[in-house]
Amino acid sequence: MRDFDYAAPTTVAEAVQLLQSHKGAARPMAGGTDLIDQVRVGRLTPDLVVDIKKIPELTVLEWSANGLRIGAAVPCYRLYHDPKVTAAYTALTDSAAIIGGIQIQSRASIGGNLCNSGPAADSTPSLIALGAIVVIAGPQGTREVSVDTFCTGPGKNILEPGEFVVELKLPARAAKSGSAYQRFIPRNEMDIAVVGVGVSVTLDAAGQNFVAAKIALGAVAAKPLVAEAAAKALIGQPVSEATIQKAGEAARAIATPIDDMRGTIEFRKHVTGILTARVIQQAVERARGGK
Amino acid sequence: MAKKRIVSTTINGTQRDFLCEPRQTLLEVLRDTLDMTGTKEGCSNGNCGACTVQLNGRPVVSCLVLAVEVDGATVETIEGVACNGTLHPLQDAFLNNAALQCGICTPGFIMQSKSLLAENPNPSEHDIRFYLAGNLCRCTGYDKIVRAVQDAAGKMSSCCEAKV
Repeated sequence: MRDFDYAAPTTVAEAVQLLQSHKGAARPMAGGTDLIDQVRVGRLTPDLVVDIKKIPELTVLEWSANGLRIGAAVPCYRLYHDPKVTAAYTALTDSAAIIGGIQIQSRASIGGNLCNSGPAADSTPSLIALGAIVVIAGPQGTREVSVDTFCTGPGKNILEPGEFVVELKLPARAAKSGSAYQRFIPRNEMDIAVVGVGVSVTLDAAGQNFVAAKIALGAVAAKPLVAEAAAKALIGQPVSEATIQKAGEAARAIATPIDDMRGTIEFRKHVTGILTARVIQQAVERARGGK
Repeated sequence: MAKKRIVSTTINGTQRDFLCEPRQTLLEVLRDTLDMTGTKEGCSNGNCGACTVQLNGRPVVSCLVLAVEVDGATVETIEGVACNGTLHPLQDAFLNNAALQCGICTPGFIMQSKSLLAENPNPSEHDIRFYLAGNLCRCTGYDKIVRAVQDAAGKMSSCCEAKV
């Protein structure tokens, strides 16, 4: 592997300073499951790897009335091993449980999945559906952005040189809300999404009408998509096959996938419509108290 | 070249200090520096699970861990599974069920299965297949491996003294 130096700072300020002083030749590392492989194959050529796992803020997993704070280096398994997180932010734990295999989930973080900005990243549609805010530290201080605008293209995002993600903030969940993430893949695990869909819905007290909805799509465009028209097709409408079908069609309409070994354009569009409807259905069941 | 680092770690219950470059993986150091060649190198990109070890009690692929990261950590490898020459129930079960042929994936499967049984002493076939999805075997077709893990789980839960 390429020669690089290693630092494990214990404060955010120290990490920012290290990243900034190397002017783009330093890379932050959380679980390293993408980074180490990318350095090995020469896709990344850092002079310095900054291990951010020793910074206390980066490993916070904290639940309060305001919502959930997830440090950017928290590995996937900590999310799905936490019954509170699984109950309230189910879409995200759906994602965390299918990123790579168990060994990868011991190390890989949601923050890293977001920052790698792969179009097929399994956790990003869930973060979008759940309304996550990304907390970014950099030379100018700290800023917060909606996760909707974080990814800008394959492997690209809004991070400026010297910046890194500190944590993700997920708002508190409303009563009668449910969320889910599913992906279509030819096998059951250890695969990359052909299409991925994250959904969050809130129903009225009787559980009969959609009050709020957010839907996001993965692997069908250069970056994860916010399916606004699909969510609008649900809001204010009764929970019915017809409503859910319409939302699926609206999601299909915005998909602009590529042809590759995992699926053709036509197939991916078709799956987008069907999978969106299925995931909405699952989110509804969870909002009504099901699993 | 980046300066070598001194790393202090506990491997299979024994304190081990080693020198490594930041670019060296835990897998490289285990095999090439510490002569612990029980951990196998397969794909070297996190797909095959042959190099699975336990890091602070969690199963990880050692090809995707930098050796410098394990400073102060606890590492368990295949060399620590048998106890004073007595095979672990999982090792016995792999032999008795012919759950290996060429054997290169076996240390990884044993380490991963050990983590599974620690978390879930009575796994279903589905649980086993899901938990072992990050381990590839090109010989057995997996069925015998699944049966071996079921066999070991049965023996370990029927003997309260068996350690996971």
